[in-house]
Amino acid sequence: MSVFALRQPKELYESQKLAIWYFIVAILLFGVQITFGLFMAYQYIDPEFLYGKLSFMTNRTLHVNSMIVWLLVGLMGGVYWFLPLETGREVVGIKLAKFIWWVIVAGVTVVVLVYLFVQVGPGNAFTLWFINEGREYIEAPRWADFAIVAWVAIFLYNVIATALAARRITGLLGVLIFDLVALGALYSAGMHYTVNVTMDQYLWWWVVHLWVEATWEVLVGVVMGWSLMYLLGTPRKLIETWLFLEVALVFGTGILGLGHHYFWIGTPEYWIGLGGFFSALEPLPLVAMVVHAVYDSGAHRLYTVNKPALFWAIAQAFGNFIGAGVWGFMQTLPQINMYSHGTQLAAAHGHFAFFGAYVGTVMTLVYIAAQNARKHVQIPLDSKLWGWAYGLLIFSIIGVVASFTISGFAQTMIERAELGSTWNAFIRAYTHPWYANTHWWRFWMGMLFLTAYLILVWDLVTIGRKPAAAVEGAHD
Amino acid sequence: MDYSWIQISVAAVFLSVVITLVLSRGYGWFSRTFWRNAAVVSSLIMLFILMWLTFDTTEKVRPGAGQVPTWTVINHEIALVWDDTKRRQMPVIGEQTGFFGKVYSPEEAYALINKGKMTLQGRNCMECHQILGNGAYYAPDLTRAWLDPWWEERVMPMLGVDTREEAMKTWLQNPDKYPQGKRRMPNLHFTDEEAVALVAFLKWMSAIDTNGFPPRFGVAQ
Repeated sequence: MSVFALRQPKELYESQKLAIWYFIVAILLFGVQITFGLFMAYQYIDPEFLYGKLSFMTNRTLHVNSMIVWLLVGLMGGVYWFLPLETGREVVGIKLAKFIWWVIVAGVTVVVLVYLFVQVGPGNAFTLWFINEGREYIEAPRWADFAIVAWVAIFLYNVIATALAARRITGLLGVLIFDLVALGALYSAGMHYTVNVTMDQYLWWWVVHLWVEATWEVLVGVVMGWSLMYLLGTPRKLIETWLFLEVALVFGTGILGLGHHYFWIGTPEYWIGLGGFFSALEPLPLVAMVVHAVYDSGAHRLYTVNKPALFWAIAQAFGNFIGAGVWGFMQTLPQINMYSHGTQLAAAHGHFAFFGAYVGTVMTLVYIAAQNARKHVQIPLDSKLWGWAYGLLIFSIIGVVASFTISGFAQTMIERAELGSTWNAFIRAYTHPWYANTHWWRFWMGMLFLTAYLILVWDLVTIGRKPAAAVEGAHD
Repeated sequence: MDYSWIQISVAAVFLSVVITLVLSRGYGWFSRTFWRNAAVVSSLIMLFILMWLTFDTTEKVRPGAGQVPTWTVINHEIALVWDDTKRRQMPVIGEQTGFFGKVYSPEEAYALINKGKMTLQGRNCMECHQILGNGAYYAPDLTRAWLDPWWEERVMPMLGVDTREEAMKTWLQNPDKYPQGKRRMPNLHFTDEEAVALVAFLKWMSAIDTNGFPPRFGVAQ
């Protein structure tokens, strides 16, 4: 038993009960994401499928927006889970946290219904405020933006006030607070309307890149640090040293690595060099995370209090490195990106990176919560099913990524390098067998992914229930 | 700006390393303190450089200041020309020809492009197309849509109209009736005003100097 696991009282903290709601909603939205992803996968095969009723654009809006929300909810849930363990007390302002949570749940429901049934609006400010902002990943209408900022602000208040009340600022808490301030501030950069599309995208990337490639990575570092302390009993000093190293490298490379989104949007040429140089270094912290995870698990001979969580943590380290690091590096240098940018290769990277970096993290957190949510805490947590969900989710996402990668190569060659990037070149690329044949493959891998998701849900509902394997009073 | 990207990169890395080393005197390179200092120093230095470059970029991307054209570019002919000094394609503004048979004043052009941008967002174009290379990957990149030879080669004869702006407007209002390729664009019911504004926005965007993206546009047959 790790020292950190021993701090868990038998009765969950209110904050941990709230975290469980975060995880339930996250897992449900994961299902929403997969469903709309499958609709799109089928529309690639048969473009007439649901044409005009639930067009590709609507499915994709729901696919990417539900992803952003569920992953963020999962990461925040992780903080609510570990914060009382870190500070040794109930979270300050928990009532407010519960209130804003249900406001957000209601708000997300309204936004999803509007996306589904209203879909688009006329070209005026009303649409941007109440229907759809039309900016990929952050389509949420402006009113919802304010709700999100309020939510992050209350979350930040919970963290700071709890740390102050406990008179305890650890390295982990310091990094978390620093990171959340940046995360909230950056989101507001994405709330402006401007007619100048170059400036629009310049700021849009402050949210999209500086969230996903900087502040989220650091947030993951914090919750994974806590997870490793819980799962393996890794000493705090080691965790915090690695965390600082990761922050140094993530922010040191990722902030100016932002420049790899400024190659082709009408911004000055110096971004080509800066973005190329710093984004090429972005995989460095991800290598550090792999070294850290492998070293820690090896040092404990894979012995842990929670088997599925540890395996997801290891998958996270490798998935982050390969999906975000390798697949990202593949196309980040400007001389390659000029041809591959905006092709299916980008989608390959997106699927691999989000799965590796963030799905892996949230799964680790969810299994830790699932272990402690039961009356009897099973130690070590194990089941027959989790391995199937784990293996199949990883296998099928690799299948999806492979299909996007191959169609991406074909598109990059045919549309960009050979035929000159026009409308006709685009059509001739997507009708080429190397591209078109991957559609089926992608769809069936997606179906397998859905199956694995259902196994995962079933496992989460049932794991640790067997009283025979339960260890009475493990927390005492 | 007076500094090259190499100078900025070297200075950023050099300053981060040196300041960290100075602040961490007496601590081993694998101590918590060393890396805490490295984290704070590198974050602040990179953030400072980003802020400084943001001011510079904001000035340089004002319409008419450099790579982003003025609003009235919609009144002119636009073409992509190979620039042998830069060795990439550059948009070149030609003579004034008007837009839908009219010459727009700067204020009118701004209002029209603004309407087009709002329409672009309101109809969620980015979740199928790419705008300056960003968006979804189901439909073609719109960065150079105005300059696409497909309008003359195929759409204008198909619709029986004489000008490119007419062809774009009519096609945008009836994409379901005139499918191009296997994937059909849904009818998004653009009003006349919205369709004209959208075409104006696309024309303006096609004159942005994107450092050569998308490559070899319209070069091959």
